[in-house]
Amino acid sequence: MTTSREGTSGVSTPLPPDDDGADSPVHSGVAATAPIEGGLMDYFNNYRQRVRSGEMGSLPAIAGLIVLVIVFWLAHSTFGSLANFSDLLKQASPTVFIAMGLVFVLLLGEIDLAAGTAGGVCATLMARVSVGYGWSWPFAIGIALIAGLVIGFGTGTLCAKVRIPSFVVTLALFLAFQGVTLFIVLNGKGSHGNISINDSFITNLYNGQMAPWLGWLMVVVLVIGYAAIKAEQVISRTRAGLTAEPMALVGVKVVGLIIIAGISVWLLNKNRGGKGGGQLVNINGKLTFVTPPALQGVPWVVLITLFFLVLWTFVLTKTRYGRHVYAVGGNAEAARRAGIRVDRIRISVFVISSFMAAVGGILLASNTHSVDANIGGGNVLLLAVGAAVIGGTSLFGGRGRPLDAIIGGLVVAVIANGMADLVQGNNRDSIQYIVTGAVLLLAAAVDALSRRRAGASGLV
Amino acid sequence: MSDPILQLRAISKSFGAVHVLYDVDFEARVGEVTALVGDNGAGKSTLVKCIGGTYTIDSGQYLFDGKPVAVHSPREASELGIEIVYQDLALCDNLDIVQNMFLGRENHKGVLLDEISMEKAAAGALESLSVRTVKSVRQRVSSLSGGQRQTVAIAKSVLWQSRVVLLDEPTAALGVAQTAQVLDLVRRLADQGIAVVLISHNMTDVLQVADKIAILYLGRMAAIVDRKDVNQQQLVELITTGTSTSVDLTQSSSSAATAGTV
Repeated sequence: MTTSREGTSGVSTPLPPDDDGADSPVHSGVAATAPIEGGLMDYFNNYRQRVRSGEMGSLPAIAGLIVLVIVFWLAHSTFGSLANFSDLLKQASPTVFIAMGLVFVLLLGEIDLAAGTAGGVCATLMARVSVGYGWSWPFAIGIALIAGLVIGFGTGTLCAKVRIPSFVVTLALFLAFQGVTLFIVLNGKGSHGNISINDSFITNLYNGQMAPWLGWLMVVVLVIGYAAIKAEQVISRTRAGLTAEPMALVGVKVVGLIIIAGISVWLLNKNRGGKGGGQLVNINGKLTFVTPPALQGVPWVVLITLFFLVLWTFVLTKTRYGRHVYAVGGNAEAARRAGIRVDRIRISVFVISSFMAAVGGILLASNTHSVDANIGGGNVLLLAVGAAVIGGTSLFGGRGRPLDAIIGGLVVAVIANGMADLVQGNNRDSIQYIVTGAVLLLAAAVDALSRRRAGASGLV
Repeated sequence: MSDPILQLRAISKSFGAVHVLYDVDFEARVGEVTALVGDNGAGKSTLVKCIGGTYTIDSGQYLFDGKPVAVHSPREASELGIEIVYQDLALCDNLDIVQNMFLGRENHKGVLLDEISMEKAAAGALESLSVRTVKSVRQRVSSLSGGQRQTVAIAKSVLWQSRVVLLDEPTAALGVAQTAQVLDLVRRLADQGIAVVLISHNMTDVLQVADKIAILYLGRMAAIVDRKDVNQQQLVELITTGTSTSVDLTQSSSSAATAGTV
């Protein structure tokens, strides 16, 4: 038992190392979830230990993301262009939103196969009332989001109260919602078949960008907020006599955030429009030299993504509700005995899932400035499930974070985007489907294997 | 000797035509470990579930702190201060020790969880039981050994200031060293002024840690004896036949009877 190096303790009075050597397989590597004693190196060792014992989290996804970016960049120089960087973030966004909702459902070990088409129903409803009935955007978006909540409540009730397996409920609803979408597309005031959205607020959600200064403001708020929360934690824990993260580690994290956010915003604030010049255009019979308007700024979707990331991370890690979601996902029977109303938790995650699906659906509609009968169908849902799982959320419940949805969503978007450039011609779509499917299988395999490995080392 | 905090008088329980408990008397006293033993099917689990509120008794009296009470649900039992530590432990593997100990009863300030007060209280509860086998209270339960898990589950009852703790086969899945630790813990729990009821199959454990031994035989309370009055062989005889030729049951069963009439 090599306990000497990691003599870690999270209790104010250090306890002597474990002495019951009878049958506990993991001793040296304690997978502490909160501050442990020691300096940066101890943290690094603790992290390495967790990864080794199968608790890999987002690590494979981040590694995969880096590899994919390098490969696609080498294969195709335009992959690394400024315009493509911005496009990637936008393309990932609908998947990310749906995946964030799915994380909640997956945390309970359930599945919501109807998230994509539920989002489609909500988006179509928004388009119908906006275009056909002239509702202004707050009401149109509002009704889409409310529809999401209602759909989730219905789905959750069927799963939790009627006790139909979520797989069956949502598979049935996946089909039914396609019918609902088709119905809304074909009926009511306004155009039928394909509804074009002309509300500029709605179309700008996906296509618009912030003013450059707003992007910088966003970075400043983000960094200061993060640093303040972390520092407050360290100070209050230290004051209470508990072991806290070393300030050095907090510093490393804050600097890391500054670098990533800073570089991203700096790149996005550069003009990614036409190459410098401008051209001679015939205006009213006169040839005039016109420079195209600068295309620059952080896409609005980035701000929306960050908003939901912060919101759901807060809910999951800082509130009793979030704690109960993890508990039900880890051991529903234990949660029930502890007095947690498991049924309510189960319904609530479907409400959140469908709500986020509605957000994703709105972004899908915003992207194309229109909705049709196919919105939210096809592979939208599977890409979102893939994003969550690739990001490190377990299909078996109990493990997952909203951040996983973003990391996984970026991987999915990079594959789609890179493959589209790489493979041309007739087989473009087929290869893209195959590759995405293979990546999803790979992620699920990593999930299952890490679970088995954790089981072998006593971690399950 | 103090009055029993938990007292059952002539409890009966049947499921349809199956009569499981017949006029069972039982009691648990503060500071004592009362072992509840019996063969499979003797009615141990049913009795425990009646005490814990999972089952409602058909007839008989349920006295807590000398006052008759009606316990219809686990929630009502835990409000009285009765905690059951189940054999399968009911811990969430993906949560850490603090999170498990406070599960369902988290401290909070507004919407925010109050992690600091919870961590301190959890560490305090473990410390009060002189638990030294757990390195960090922020360790995930999945990384704990069987004995450590049992420790966490038991420490939870200290945290919640339970007055009666029922332990369902706490050593069933443990190795020798860990069993010794858990039994040690059981003793300390009683010393803290908790009435401990230990349900066990293991005669060695029972004889090692119990003050009183209650023997169920085919749904009836065969005897409640003092630990010092029996040896292992007599205990086995009582469990398998419901009576013993070599133990003077008149004295002990009369004490059970007087307990029933006080």
